[in-house]
Amino acid sequence: MFLLRTDRQLAFLLGSCALLSAAIVLLILLFLVKESWPVLQHVALMRFVTDASWHPVQGLYKLTPMLSATLYSTLGAILLATPLGIASALFSRYYAPPFLAGCYRRLVELLAGVPSVVYGFWGLTTLVPLIGRLHPPGVSLLTGILVLTLMILPTVALTVDAALAAVPVAYVRSAAALGLSRWSLISGVALPAARSGITAGILLAAGRAIGETMAVLMVAGNVVEQPHSIFDSVRTLTANIALEVAYATGDHRAALFVSGIALMTLVLVLVGIAECFPRKRYYD
Amino acid sequence: MKKLGIVVTLIVLTGAVWGLLRIQSNETKIEKLVLTGSSTIAPLAAEIGKRFESFHSNVRVDVQTGGSSRGISDARAGLANIGMASRGLKEDEKDLLNFTIALDGVSIILNKSNPVNALDKQQIIDIYTGKIANWKEVGGNDAAITVVSKAEGRSTLELFLHYFSLKNTDIKPQVIIGDNQQGIKTVAGNPDAIGYVSVGAAEYEAGQGAVIKLLPLAGIAASVENVRNRSFPLSRPLNLVTRGEPGGVARQFIDFASSPQVNDLIEAQFFVPVAH
Repeated sequence: MFLLRTDRQLAFLLGSCALLSAAIVLLILLFLVKESWPVLQHVALMRFVTDASWHPVQGLYKLTPMLSATLYSTLGAILLATPLGIASALFSRYYAPPFLAGCYRRLVELLAGVPSVVYGFWGLTTLVPLIGRLHPPGVSLLTGILVLTLMILPTVALTVDAALAAVPVAYVRSAAALGLSRWSLISGVALPAARSGITAGILLAAGRAIGETMAVLMVAGNVVEQPHSIFDSVRTLTANIALEVAYATGDHRAALFVSGIALMTLVLVLVGIAECFPRKRYYD
Repeated sequence: MKKLGIVVTLIVLTGAVWGLLRIQSNETKIEKLVLTGSSTIAPLAAEIGKRFESFHSNVRVDVQTGGSSRGISDARAGLANIGMASRGLKEDEKDLLNFTIALDGVSIILNKSNPVNALDKQQIIDIYTGKIANWKEVGGNDAAITVVSKAEGRSTLELFLHYFSLKNTDIKPQVIIGDNQQGIKTVAGNPDAIGYVSVGAAEYEAGQGAVIKLLPLAGIAASVENVRNRSFPLSRPLNLVTRGEPGGVARQFIDFASSPQVNDLIEAQFFVPVAH
C-alpha cells in the first residue's frame, strides 16, 4: 500500500494509541491477577465454587451465587428494557408529532444523565417499601431488576432511535411509494435495516447493567445466596466489591479481586458470544 | 515529529529532576511517623494524620492496617511508632501504654412504628440466628422479622459479633448493608426490620427525624452520652498504644489526637470523643 510521509506518521501515531488502549485492558487483567495472587496461591480455584458460603474472614469463598445474581439481574433488566426501549424509539421516530418527539427525546436524554446513586436512593425509599408490601422485606432481585431496567432504558431507547434515524431515506421513500402502511414500513423495512444498531445498543445496555454497582447495592439486599425466586435477596459481584473492599485486608481483599476477575471473565464471555452472533445484512 | 520528540524529552527530564529533588529533600528533612493496627481506627488516624501534617510540615504520618493484634505486636516490637487497637489492653499486654482517643458504640435499631421497645440479649441472638422469625414471639405484631446485618470486614459487625459471642456464619440476614446511612434508611423504610449501626450515626439521624428508635441494652439507653461515660455495654475504646512513654513526634501526635481539636474528625466517623 502506498502511503505518503504524513500518512505514515499518522498511521504510526494511531497505531500506538490503539496499542495503548489494548494494553490497558491487558494491564487491568494482569493487575487483577497480581492482586488476587496471595489468595490464589493457597486456595484452590475450585473452592470459589464448592465452598459452603461467602464468609471470607472465616476462609469461605463461594462466588457462584453472586455470579448468578449478576447474570439474572442483567438478563431481567435487558428483557424488560429492550421492548420498552424499542417501543419508545418507534414512538418518537414514527408516530409522535415532531414537536412532541423533540421534547420526548430531550426527556429520555435527561433520564440517561441521572446518576445511578439517585436511582438507587429512589429505589430504596420508594420501590423497596412498595415491593415490601407485596412480599417483605422488599429488597430483592426484582427490585434490582426494576431499578436496572430504568437505568438502561434510556440507553436502549436512544441507541435504537439513532439506529432508526440512520436508516437511509431512500428505503423509507421506496416503502412509501409502494404504499406500505406505517407498521409494515417499520416491521418490514426500518427495523431489519437498523438491526445491527439495535443489537449494539442492547449490548451497550447489558454492559451498563453488569457494571452497575451503587443502585443495585442499595436495593438488592446483598445476601449471598442462590436466589430461588425474584423476591429473594441477592448480591451482585460489583456490589460485593463495593461493600467490602473499604475494610478488607489480606486474603479477604485478595478474594475481592478474584470477584473482579470473575466479573471481567463474564464480560469477556458475553462479548465473545456477541461476536459469534451471525450478522445478517439486510438491503446492503 | 522531531519537535514532538524534543518536547517529550524535556517533560520527562523535568519530571526526573523534580522527582530526584523531592527524594533528596525527603531524606534530609522529613520525619516519618508509622501507625499500624486496627482497621477501625485507621481511617480516623489517617484523617487526624492529615491535619497533624498541616501543622507540622516536616512530619509524614503513615497509617497501615492489619488488625488490633498487629497494632499491639508492632508497637511492642518497635516496627511502628504507635499501634492502633480497637479494644482495651489484655492482662499480658500491660507492658504497653494506652491512650484512648475515641469510643465506638453500636446500637440496635428498630422502625419507630414497631411496638417492641426492648429486647434482651438472648432474644437478639435468637433473632439474628433465625430462631425467632416473627415479631409476635417477642411481643410485637404478627409480622416476619427482616434481619439487617453488615458486610464482612466492618467494625460494627465485628463489635456486634464479639458482644453477642456469635460467628458471622451463624447470622441469617435478609438484608446486608454497607454503611450506617444505608442501615438507617433500610430500617426506616421497613416497619419490620431490625438492624445495628453506630450509636453516633443513629442518634444523629433519629434527631433529624428518621423514623427509627434506638433500643436500650441491658436496661441502659443507647446514647452518645452513655457511650462517653462508658456505661453502655455494646461499646469499645479506640486506643493508641506505645511501648514506653512516647517522645518527640509520637508524643505530639498522641496529644493532638486526644485534644478537642480533632473532635469533628471523630464525629465525622460516627465515633464518640472522650470526655476532656
